[in-house]
Amino acid sequence: MNEKRPLTKLLTGNEAVARGAYEAGLLFASAYPGTPSTEILETMSGYAGELYCEWAPNEKVALEAAMGASLAGVRSMAAMKHVGVNVAADPLFTFAYTGVGGGCVIVSADDPGMHSSQNEQDNRNYAAAARVLMLEPSDSQEALDFAKLAFELSERFDTPAMLRMTTRICHSKSLVSFGERVLPPVPAYRRDAAKYVATPANARVMRAKLSLRLEAMAEYSNSCAANRAEYNGGEIGVVSAGAAYQHAREAFGESASYLKIGLSFPLPTELIRAFASRVKKLYVVEELDPYMETRIREAGIECVGKALLPEAGELDADIIGKAVFGRGAEGPKSDLKAPQRPPTLCAGCPHRGFFHVLGKRKGVVITGDIGCYTLASAPPLSAMDSCFCMGGSISTGHGAAMAFGMAGMKEKVVAVIGDSTFFHSGITSLMDVAYNGGRSVSVILDNRITGMTGHQENPGTGYTLMGGKAVMADIPAICKAIGIKGENIYLVNPLELDAVGAALDDALSKDEPTVIVTRWPCVLKKPSPEDRDEFGPAPGRCEIDQDACRKCGQCVKTGCPAICSGGSVTIDAGACTGCAVCLQACPFGAIKEVRP
Amino acid sequence: MSAVNGGDVRSVLMVGVGGQGTILAGRILSEGLAEAGYDVKMSEIHGMSQRGGSVSTHVRFGERVRSPVTGRGGADVIAAFEKLEALRWLEYLKEGGLMLINDFEIPPAPVLMGLEPYPDGIADELSGRARVGVFDARAIAEGLGNARAMNMVLLGALAKAVGVGGVDWEGTIRRNVKKGFEDLNIRAFEHGFLRLGPFG
Ligand SMILES: Cc1ncc(C[n+]2csc(CCOP(=O)(O)OP(=O)(O)O)c2C)c(N)n1
Repeated sequence: MNEKRPLTKLLTGNEAVARGAYEAGLLFASAYPGTPSTEILETMSGYAGELYCEWAPNEKVALEAAMGASLAGVRSMAAMKHVGVNVAADPLFTFAYTGVGGGCVIVSADDPGMHSSQNEQDNRNYAAAARVLMLEPSDSQEALDFAKLAFELSERFDTPAMLRMTTRICHSKSLVSFGERVLPPVPAYRRDAAKYVATPANARVMRAKLSLRLEAMAEYSNSCAANRAEYNGGEIGVVSAGAAYQHAREAFGESASYLKIGLSFPLPTELIRAFASRVKKLYVVEELDPYMETRIREAGIECVGKALLPEAGELDADIIGKAVFGRGAEGPKSDLKAPQRPPTLCAGCPHRGFFHVLGKRKGVVITGDIGCYTLASAPPLSAMDSCFCMGGSISTGHGAAMAFGMAGMKEKVVAVIGDSTFFHSGITSLMDVAYNGGRSVSVILDNRITGMTGHQENPGTGYTLMGGKAVMADIPAICKAIGIKGENIYLVNPLELDAVGAALDDALSKDEPTVIVTRWPCVLKKPSPEDRDEFGPAPGRCEIDQDACRKCGQCVKTGCPAICSGGSVTIDAGACTGCAVCLQACPFGAIKEVRP
Repeated sequence: MSAVNGGDVRSVLMVGVGGQGTILAGRILSEGLAEAGYDVKMSEIHGMSQRGGSVSTHVRFGERVRSPVTGRGGADVIAAFEKLEALRWLEYLKEGGLMLINDFEIPPAPVLMGLEPYPDGIADELSGRARVGVFDARAIAEGLGNARAMNMVLLGALAKAVGVGGVDWEGTIRRNVKKGFEDLNIRAFEHGFLRLGPFG
């Protein structure tokens, strides 16, 4: 059977997108990490030398950089998770007006089921709102093919094109056959202000062109090969796209007919009408919003969709089978209850020491942000009051602190943010605090890497995506430059509990903007030479002297997964990294450091 | 024949805890099957896997695979790399399906904090509800020289349970594991494949 597929390889959807962009002759890509999109650029960096790719500090910057490359005439890409498109929405909507030079593809990786996200917004709505093309692959081969097609269509219709992935497409592997890289010629640069300078006068002309473009794209959609019908019978017809198509294909089986939508904005309305006329009953199977269903109904075509299927969460063949046919498999059940297994801060995580101290302060409201440190919101640390979006902690903290003051309330506010998140969008928030003379304490938890998404370099780490050396952004210097007084900036090692406590007490006693910067590398980070110089070798490990232990539970309350509280309290020697937070938390001196 | 489960398509689930090597085992299984000529899809959820959460890898193979995921009641074989995860994923087992259980405990946060007990008697409980095979993959791997090869013992048992011929497991393992550890991993796989089972 080997001969049948000579050039195929198992690839994830993310790897396939990178390959597709490479084959399409892409020369520039920029992204900010975010699950499930991160591996697209990580894979792309494997083609370094033939193309350029980078981590941007946030998604708006990534898209703008890709727009610049498009202006220069080369094929470019910006990749991000779904919520990243919110950050990049400002340039996106006007880029839809100006159109492109070189083809430009924006990857939006949505997360139905919220496996690792704060919401599950459906970004097909963005394509419709901004009036840009949207392609939705349903497996890795399509991820590669559609990435290439997206570049072609972007240039053909003079529009940015969105490629909508979802977690199950990004992180599933299926067989893919490769093509060759073809570099399109880059035309000589020529200024075209009427096309690219979006002043009101120009934009009005652009807006009229956008309508014409939309008409042309809508007509094309009906003949686009990515939208294809498969007739198996006239009883049941299914319109579906993306991962949902694969699940539906299994749930409805071989007797139903399918209209598989690959280009989902603009929808191929006439194709759908023709398909609907050949089946007795039309189902629309899609994850999240009734995006296609609403438009199909608006076109006067009867269909069944969200009346049966859930709007929230992922679909699978079983869920569809049960919803549509009222039948499906049931597995064995047990009355034994399985305790939850929530993710936790790792043994040795530098965030633990800081939150252990902060969580004990009374009358303090802690505005949180997005990163590993959000895990400090869970017991036993339970040290967080809010978490909305990247970069939000410092500004929500500022608003809350001012509001408590105006309302005559005593609550103090501490805002916590990671290094990558600070660079993403925390700097402007801190500028708000400094500029307006706020009263909150802003804490920047610098663990020398972008931790949560799996260790991507960032402007503070000294390295780039392609492995080059970079300047290190200096966080205390940034704080000073935007107006935080030098004496109000505290630099501490988060594993030294007394130092953390002293900095917090001092900062909380002041009625002006203060910043605490904690600096210690993520325990999972592979140390750079600079890290080794600064932080030294890994310490030993900790052990509990069972005779001295009074089982008070203080060490357990640090939430370290290396500490186990059964009959006695013990430290798993294999898991302990010797961070010594438990040692400092123990009121009886029962924990000792042992050197190997 | 069940339309929901895609005719001849077979579904395997590997479940465990972040850091146990389910992802590598899933990759070897998928590559081996793909090279033997099967259509294969593999899907994994690893967003927060490094933070000690539950992880799952779905592998589905056959003549033509559509969906990359297995729903409730859909798995022909589940390999639970950790015992509590066997309990958690039980509902995903197909009627007549086989659950391989590694008799190995990683206590989750609520248990570590002493808030909940680690459930007693999981293996007995599951034996009463499904076809199961229980073994201590860590002890076996330790006996072979390195506890970290536990995932290959499990993969071997799983490959045997899945029961497909014509797969070059040795070559696939050799290509995918860390240099210098090829022989250990192959021995661990072979132990799982040749000496464990047949189950149930
Ligand atoms: C707008 C947006 N972009 C990206 C993400 C994905 N994301 C979640 S946490 C995180 C990184 C956080 O890194 P850092 O602030 O350094 O904290 P750490 O995890 O290292 O503690 C990213 C990129 C997101 N949730 N929202």
